[in-house]
Amino acid sequence: MKKQTKQQVFLLGVTFAAFFSIAVLFFALYFVARDGLGVISWEFISAMPRQRMTAGGIWPAVAGTVYVSALTMGFAVPLAVFTAIYLNEYASKGWVVRMIRLAIRNLAGVPSIVYGLFGLGLFVSTLRLGHSLLAAALTLAVMALPLIVSASEEALKSIPDSFREGSFALGATRWQTVRYQVLPLAIPGMITGSVLALARIAGETAPIILTGAAYFYPLIPQSVSEQFMALPYHLYILATQHEQVQLVRPLAYGTALVLLMLVLSMSLGAILVRSHVRRKRDW
Amino acid sequence: MKSVHHGFHWTAAKDRLIAVLLLLVALLTVVFLMLILGFLITRSFPALKEVGLWEFLAGSRWMPSSRTPGYGASRMIYGSFMVAAGALALPVPWGLAIAIYISELAPKPVREVLKPALETLAIFPSVVLGFVGLVLLAPWIARVFDLAHGLTALTGVIMLSIMALPTIVSIAEDAIGSVPQEYREASYALGANKMETILQVVIPAARSGITASIMLGFGRAIGETMTLLMVAGNALSLPVTRVWGVPIPDFLRSVRTLTATIAIEGLDVPWGSLHYHALFVIGTILFTFTFVINLLTDWVLHRWRVED
Repeated sequence: MKKQTKQQVFLLGVTFAAFFSIAVLFFALYFVARDGLGVISWEFISAMPRQRMTAGGIWPAVAGTVYVSALTMGFAVPLAVFTAIYLNEYASKGWVVRMIRLAIRNLAGVPSIVYGLFGLGLFVSTLRLGHSLLAAALTLAVMALPLIVSASEEALKSIPDSFREGSFALGATRWQTVRYQVLPLAIPGMITGSVLALARIAGETAPIILTGAAYFYPLIPQSVSEQFMALPYHLYILATQHEQVQLVRPLAYGTALVLLMLVLSMSLGAILVRSHVRRKRDW
Repeated sequence: MKSVHHGFHWTAAKDRLIAVLLLLVALLTVVFLMLILGFLITRSFPALKEVGLWEFLAGSRWMPSSRTPGYGASRMIYGSFMVAAGALALPVPWGLAIAIYISELAPKPVREVLKPALETLAIFPSVVLGFVGLVLLAPWIARVFDLAHGLTALTGVIMLSIMALPTIVSIAEDAIGSVPQEYREASYALGANKMETILQVVIPAARSGITASIMLGFGRAIGETMTLLMVAGNALSLPVTRVWGVPIPDFLRSVRTLTATIAIEGLDVPWGSLHYHALFVIGTILFTFTFVINLLTDWVLHRWRVED
């Protein structure tokens, strides 16, 4: 084969590979939407499940997922943002920082089901929180921590050093610089990063199975010590664990689509805001 | 003058206090990692004392609720590795091709669509992918290979491939993108064309990052739970077939991974029972694998960067 032809084939193959990945994404979306759209109605989203989950809606699962995600973010975001501030604005090179970074990288690599086991051991049994919203949210928060720390650090890193130097030159202390110069500019990036992490956390199943998600609990939790239903776990049950798997298949499609729309609208929103902020930035 | 002096000290003290507080918060990440490790080890200990580590690693009989219980996890370890290794076959070349396209070829507008699309794929809930695999891929696999059901290691491998892809692309793309532009220019100046430059200059220069991306993809695959739980069948048999007397992995059989075992049994297990502690042993084994993969990845990145 001629050198030129070889190159053509190579470049074509590489391009095809890239577009094929988009095709896979859209195919998965289309497939879930095709059979899910017909099921979704206001009633499906807002009603309780009835007749052993073969009829009715998924409202408790929607509410449970919203509650547990919100609680998780409440725990994780402040810790993650302060950690990122320390790492990017305060820390100097040394073994302490190396250790913190190593810990963050390893937390990011821990399998989700191991987080579940950890949550079961620490929050559910040792701290006696039981299978509950609180135990599940704390477990998910530890899991979300590395995601939000790296997103927040990214946001802080994108602020040029000249902003800090200008502030120091005017006599501001480090905290004043961070508080009044760096943070206000970094907040949009931190928010988008947190929303992306939230989208990922909302779709997690493995950690909450062992720490608080209920097979069937047709109530809206009134306190953090109650169990809860969650969309991902509900989908898992409808797809594989229900006694009449074929009968509830349409409900499974509907649940999958609601979960996907929830997660994708969050991530799409975050991605759009991020690119808008990047384009508007004039430094 | 005195009050100004005093005020100055107060601000400095406050600043130092804030620095210490921030450090303490940051150290929480280390505390959490230690807690995870500590819990896994201390909760494993009763089972290790009673059964012995060797039985867990080498034994092949896993029957925790039998009257004569067995705690051999070797088949699950094998299953995890088989599926994770299989899940590299497709995404490594595929992901590498995407990374090359994004950083070397794509026009800016295309890149700005592709990267978010891959990010979206990364955020796809694993339970939804498992569901798609269950209702779409599994029946297809059963038909094509003429099997009783399509819940096989192959089904798991294909779904895992889709999950590992974004991890591999994003890290490989970082590595390829950070190869200095001068390398490419020097290659063109010597008469190489675009393909030769990419394959013989850019890829070798990015090898540490590419290796890291493959290792992290493997780590991701080892730790994946829901997708495999839903599509891989979870049978405890050893998925091996013999070709001319040589045992090779059989991807058309059902397989049970370490992660699926914890998810299946962790829900009903009585706290404090031997079975409960045995699941923590499984968790510790999993944690060890991913921890070692992370350390190796760090080492690969660090070592080769220093060389360059």
